[in-house]
Amino acid sequence: MATQIVLRNMGVEGANTLKGALERGAYSRLKKTFALLPGAVVDEVKRSNLRGRGGAGFPTGLKWTFLPKGAPTVYLVVNADESEPGTCKDREILYWDPHLLIEGVILASYALNSRHSYIYIRGEMMREHAVLQRAVEEAYAKGYLGKDHKCAGGNFRCDLTVHRGAGAYICGEETALLNSLEGKRGWPRLKPPFPAIKGLFGQPTIVNNVETISNLPAILEQGGEWFAGLGTPKSGGTRILCVSGHVNRPGVYELPMGIPLREVIYDVAGGIPGGRVLKGVIPGGSSMPILTPEELDVPMEFDALMTDARIKPVEARPGVLFDLGGGKQLRTMAGSGGVIVMDETTDMVKVCWRIMRFYAHESCGQCTPCREGTGWLERITRRLAEGRGQPGDVELCESIATGIAGNTICPLGDAAAWPMLAFTTKFRSELQARIP
Amino acid sequence: MPLAFSAQAIQEIARVRSRYPESQAACLPVLHLAQHEFGHLSDEALKLVAATLELPESHVFGVVTFYTMFRREPQGENVLRICTNVSCMLSGGYRVLDQVCDQLGIRPGQTTVDGKFSIVEEECLAACADAPMVLCGKRYFLRLSSSEAVDQMLSELRAQPERE
Repeated sequence: MATQIVLRNMGVEGANTLKGALERGAYSRLKKTFALLPGAVVDEVKRSNLRGRGGAGFPTGLKWTFLPKGAPTVYLVVNADESEPGTCKDREILYWDPHLLIEGVILASYALNSRHSYIYIRGEMMREHAVLQRAVEEAYAKGYLGKDHKCAGGNFRCDLTVHRGAGAYICGEETALLNSLEGKRGWPRLKPPFPAIKGLFGQPTIVNNVETISNLPAILEQGGEWFAGLGTPKSGGTRILCVSGHVNRPGVYELPMGIPLREVIYDVAGGIPGGRVLKGVIPGGSSMPILTPEELDVPMEFDALMTDARIKPVEARPGVLFDLGGGKQLRTMAGSGGVIVMDETTDMVKVCWRIMRFYAHESCGQCTPCREGTGWLERITRRLAEGRGQPGDVELCESIATGIAGNTICPLGDAAAWPMLAFTTKFRSELQARIP
Repeated sequence: MPLAFSAQAIQEIARVRSRYPESQAACLPVLHLAQHEFGHLSDEALKLVAATLELPESHVFGVVTFYTMFRREPQGENVLRICTNVSCMLSGGYRVLDQVCDQLGIRPGQTTVDGKFSIVEEECLAACADAPMVLCGKRYFLRLSSSEAVDQMLSELRAQPERE
């Protein structure tokens, strides 16, 4: 079993109360960290090779250095708006270990000089919100929040507010989240300016995922080098994978970074029920291109899933590779860690339609290619799923998807286009067979 | 009588406002609060929120209609949030949805005449490893792999509603 950093307390009754958390080491990293200057904390995180767990896998320490030096007001915002289909890890952290997250927030706030940080929690997570809110109140009562800490760089005081969303997948996109936090519709903003320069309330802002922040206490306790050593050369620590669909043991597992996908399915998750055969697997949430049984021997790590030559590149149309920009190929991505396993009985056309329906429902409506295109893809894949496809439908889906990709303010358009093109690349005959 | 916040809610709104440098940022929290107080967000409730936060009514209307959890109509005591996204679909999410619709005699978006239940067909609720699942308030009903499990969920909620 891999080192358990973030899910250490999952399933431990009482660990989500302050008393239980303190017994299990919560807040023990504050004193040691406050003895360092904020810049040294950033350096430790850089050394750890921690990469963002929300989906993009961007190096956390590097992201932090994008803040303008000496900015008087900086905000840290934690993205707890988990809603990428197939992903169910942050919800477990929020429920079982809210104090680990709060400790991580305090550590990051000190490193970044954020005097008031926010956790944006998904609106539907009513149970988790209650647990987290109680934990924040406990941390205030105990003086971890809202009181001066004596630190190497002078006194530091951190406030923390939990902000509830109200039902909108798009608010997981960081600039939409910031607009939502400001009390507006969750419409993504055009970048640049990036949030690190102009974010929440117009101030420099860092947005990090729940799992990312929850790794900080361990990094600052045991050192960045130790954390880096747990992972692969360019990606430190462990990785939480959420395994769902047709497996014997679906679950949320904290695993070694870079574990082969085959091992995740057949070992960790116990293989496929009834000895049935695998048909396809989505490796990182529903926006990520699907893999076939021939593509299972790849390491579940950010870079490998983008570059491993054993994964067939996604095509814009047969024989023409999809250009991710600058001639870069699209294979798949580690995304948010949502591994969705599908056995031989699965109707891939129906799965494709359900994914398109999701993105059509969640498109915020700002950009025409996404607003119209996702709706068209939903309607065309629906008629295919119902066996009422029309000649040229598969090519039409390709044309619409390539028209959306790269032509929108935020990545939701890509999130719909990429899986669509992966289905037309890898399950083309199944789609074609639905055209009478 | 015009709609008004309770004394407790007024206190809570003052606390919420103090957490942000701009009063507009309190828009979502105060709308949640108003929905909790009044059950749904009528035109009067929207006007009240706008006046309380000194925001244009049009802004509050725009926000309310953007987010799926804000409701303009009264809902049942139990709002059944039934996921049918991919992981749940692969494990029988549509079977759960169909059974609940059949037994309650309503479709997603509707409320039973006795006011006990509303059904919302949901997108992924981040409980994929426990599919198929239903969320009702703070309660999760996980791995609903049999029709008996769905029956039991409905009878438990009928006896003891789980309000949002």
